[in-house]
Amino acid sequence: MPATGAASGLPAAALPERAGVAWRAPMDARALRARGRLWTLSTAAHSVPFVATAGLLVGLEPGLAPVSALALVHAWAIPELYANRGAKVVRPQRPRDAGVGGADILALGLLGDLVGHEARELHARAGLVAERGRLGVWLVGEAGALLVRPGGRRVDCWCVRADDPSLPSADRTAHLLLALREDETGFATVANLAFSGATWRVRRRLPPAMLPALRAATRLARA
Amino acid sequence: MARLVRMDRTGHTTLAEWSAADDAAFAAASEAFREQLEAGYYAVVSEGEGQARQVTALPAGADLVILRRPIAGG
Repeated sequence: MPATGAASGLPAAALPERAGVAWRAPMDARALRARGRLWTLSTAAHSVPFVATAGLLVGLEPGLAPVSALALVHAWAIPELYANRGAKVVRPQRPRDAGVGGADILALGLLGDLVGHEARELHARAGLVAERGRLGVWLVGEAGALLVRPGGRRVDCWCVRADDPSLPSADRTAHLLLALREDETGFATVANLAFSGATWRVRRRLPPAMLPALRAATRLARA
Repeated sequence: MARLVRMDRTGHTTLAEWSAADDAAFAAASEAFREQLEAGYYAVVSEGEGQARQVTALPAGADLVILRRPIAGG
């Protein structure tokens, strides 16, 4: 039997999976802000040297403008690649028009029972379930979640999944949703942070069908 | 009628149903519940939008108890 919160020394309401990552500090609002700052610093540390190099080269020898342009492309591409990695966590595992079987329909019914009318509609359109939490507004997919932070300007992208690949898509989403509702801090602690940065960067990398979900979450996060 | 439901490859499977007045049904549901926990499932009671609680004993008063697999960072 898996360890429960109490048996593993965690608070009684803690997500039991936290016992598997006991070395990680709880990902509360403060830890999240610190991780966000680290991401920003890391992105700057990757990009600024290329921008500086580009400026220096042109300053020293205008004929090196093409090399400077290449350096600027690098400076632009690095954060874009990170944002792409972040957006990937909620991209569908298989095409959404690949067909819906009986298991998918049953799973959708159970997921529908767990959420309200608006969230159900949003999931039907975008494949993501919006869930307001203490850390921000979550968009839960089948193999990851986006967290739109209060104010709506920053998004954290979390890679996290149920450990059974045979589950229908909606059941995988329901797994993550239930775990999130059990213990939001624990959920963010167990999940792996794939990206933290500007909402506009992630928006550009999401499939068009998912954009209404991000817009809705951003609106909620600003409210 | 309360239900014990397991999320699995079929969408979900209802493992047991019981009512407060039916002790035998509740005992059978409790047995099924224990077996699933021993198989590695976690049991969750949804408490309305935004709230859920993990349980380690079958709550007689719950309408729906859902069994889920563990999650992990990908």
